[in-house]
Amino acid sequence: MSGTFSGGVHPDDAKDISKNCALEPMPLPAVVVLPVSQHLGAPAKVIVEKGRAVKKGDVVAEPGGFVSIPFHASISGTIKAIEQRYTPLGKKVLSVIIESDGEDRWSDGLNMHRDFASISRDEKRSIVRDAGIVGMGGAAFPTHVKLSPPENKPIDTVILNGVECEPYVTCDYRLILERSRDIVEGFKIIMEILNCSKGVIGIEGNKPDAIKIMREAVVDVRGITVEELKVKYPQGGEKQLIYAVTGRRVPAGGLPMDVGCVVQNVGTAAAIYEAVMLNKPLIERAVTVTGHGVVSPRNVIARIGDSFANLIAYAGGYTEKADKLIMGGPMMGLAQFTDDVPVTKGTSNLLVMEEHETRADIQQPCISCARCVDVCPMNLMPTTISLYVEHEHWDEVKEYGALDCNECGSCSYICPVKRKLVEYIRFGKATLTALRAKELAAKKAAE
Amino acid sequence: MARMFKVSSSPHIRDKTDIPVIMYSVIASLVPALIGAVFFFGWDAVRIVVLCITACVATEGIIGKLSGKPITVTDGSAVVTGLLLAFNLPGGVSWWIPVVGSVFAIAVGKMTFGGLGYNPMNPALLGRVFLLISWPVEMTATWTSPTGFNRIDAETIATPLAILKHNTEILIHGSAQSIEAVNEATLAMANLTDSYMDLFLGKVSGCIGETSVLLLLLGAAYLMYKRIIGWRIPFSFVVTVAFLTWIFGGYAGYFTGPWLFHLLSGGLIIGAFFMATDMVTSPITPRGRILFGIGCGVITVIIRLWGGYPEGVSFSILLMNLTVPLLDRYLRPKIFGRVTSNG
Repeated sequence: MSGTFSGGVHPDDAKDISKNCALEPMPLPAVVVLPVSQHLGAPAKVIVEKGRAVKKGDVVAEPGGFVSIPFHASISGTIKAIEQRYTPLGKKVLSVIIESDGEDRWSDGLNMHRDFASISRDEKRSIVRDAGIVGMGGAAFPTHVKLSPPENKPIDTVILNGVECEPYVTCDYRLILERSRDIVEGFKIIMEILNCSKGVIGIEGNKPDAIKIMREAVVDVRGITVEELKVKYPQGGEKQLIYAVTGRRVPAGGLPMDVGCVVQNVGTAAAIYEAVMLNKPLIERAVTVTGHGVVSPRNVIARIGDSFANLIAYAGGYTEKADKLIMGGPMMGLAQFTDDVPVTKGTSNLLVMEEHETRADIQQPCISCARCVDVCPMNLMPTTISLYVEHEHWDEVKEYGALDCNECGSCSYICPVKRKLVEYIRFGKATLTALRAKELAAKKAAE
Repeated sequence: MARMFKVSSSPHIRDKTDIPVIMYSVIASLVPALIGAVFFFGWDAVRIVVLCITACVATEGIIGKLSGKPITVTDGSAVVTGLLLAFNLPGGVSWWIPVVGSVFAIAVGKMTFGGLGYNPMNPALLGRVFLLISWPVEMTATWTSPTGFNRIDAETIATPLAILKHNTEILIHGSAQSIEAVNEATLAMANLTDSYMDLFLGKVSGCIGETSVLLLLLGAAYLMYKRIIGWRIPFSFVVTVAFLTWIFGGYAGYFTGPWLFHLLSGGLIIGAFFMATDMVTSPITPRGRILFGIGCGVITVIIRLWGGYPEGVSFSILLMNLTVPLLDRYLRPKIFGRVTSNG
């Protein structure tokens, strides 16, 4: 409706270095590492053993609960090991390691067209789960759960997130340019599953060609429109996107379904289409490999489980001054201590920065300039919260809304005295959660 | 694993603005007014500005050295304090007034609290009010006329606001005065309100930096464009003063007050745009800023119309500085998605 939200910042979008590179499939990897917990929710349960031969698309781990998804072999070969390995989140997770047999063969019946018009809504939703689809914008939440709102929360608007507001990232942009029809078909399936007749695709104004192509793709589709949004970070944040498109505010602590909306990433929509139409599970995804620390930035289609090191080597390798490897964008991405970690279902971007870009700044005292208050998309007072965290006044930390922070990084970005605002608030959130868990445990013990 | 990577928390990029960028932008925005000060008040202006800036920077440097903390004078904030204090002084003051005021402003107004970011009150105004209360004659009987470099004698005249206050009082109590006094006052008032253009350009007596509304507004526009000051504080301050002086400021009954005169004279424009907007000492919440501006306006008008001084901007800002923690606590922005407000 308004096409924007209050607050936000304008970092240089840095997309020129990779936006004109068409998606290229990576060469077949020799080994893939599949952590069985790459998503929010219960970890999956491994159902294969060492030495077993698997084909591409075979299930190697089953869902561990309702909020869980299966994992599939992304290459054909032999199970080499099942052991704890590091993931890009910094922790070790049980992983299935497959060694390639060089043939890259699909399991029987997969990757073949089927008549999906005759499949019911509920069956389509099951297919989404069985294909192991999670939110591919980065949050990696099991999609079938998002597509199962309870009866008392009807959905009247589905929004497709083509915003890609983080600087450097261009994989969704390329997906829109190259596979707009698949995205629209996937969107139609999503709307059918949710029994919703109104769909909006949100794209930021710095991608005019993507907007044009998407508009052409939906010109004959009833109920779906494309909305151009003002270029501002973090427009791609769920709550900000819903507000910009519909004018509704998701309640604090609530979900989009509380205001009748569901948001999905464009990559997720394309994956849903492939799963339903081609019986193809989620075994690969679009990833941007970019930054000034990479010799030739590009957009690739990488197998889930291929290593970051491989992707960077494919992009020409590191430059001499490469200094920092980030999974995700520069505003919210996770810095990696090793490149020997696998591409997960939520990996959209690898950003390599050089020495001169990663200078550490020293904090100085807050000068009350209020820029952080002005840019916070959630209308918080980051400097006040961070001061309370420093002094460990947890009641005030909660009262001033630390738990409403979405860690977008706008406050730390804009602070002229380089205060580590997001870090303090993150620490505050973690402490509040731990305190609450303790409180609940004590209550339970008392009953 | 061959390669070592730097690891840190997100975000991994930052905007380039830092304190020196902000401070030097403020200094740049005051250059038009500085040129005006020298044009209207000649060598007096040069003398006072040089003394203030030197004394402020030296005080901060020496105290910094003595306390063993990192030197902060290069961040530009001491220069800004010196410049603003200079702009708030009359042209005819003796040389030691700017020096003593600067030392007080920096040493007591800023460094005792821990330096930039910790002071509760505007240091330049604190210095000025200290001088005003301690040496009232020096600070109020030394206004010079705006004749630039042509000033030969130490000729001093009254400021427009002082003339307004004096004559308004005579005219309000018209029946109790002599005919001559009333006639003189009426003539003086007519002369005053003829001079709006002079007030706007700065061709009047007053503190060396506060007189030219035009040059100050130019600088303020630049600061607003660079988003270093916002619109809320100046707007609410100025509108409040205009509104209240319109209602209460006239000598012929309510709603007859010379509100435009009040806006253009005294330290209102420099106070509303450059002093009340000082980041460290003003609120960080949007609604807090509006109430801050209104409060400054109310106190300014009370002092101007019914208080002992013809000008009240400095006092009003300092008093409102003290209310900032209270304003920020009770006027917090409504958190996105919260059903009941926190304010």
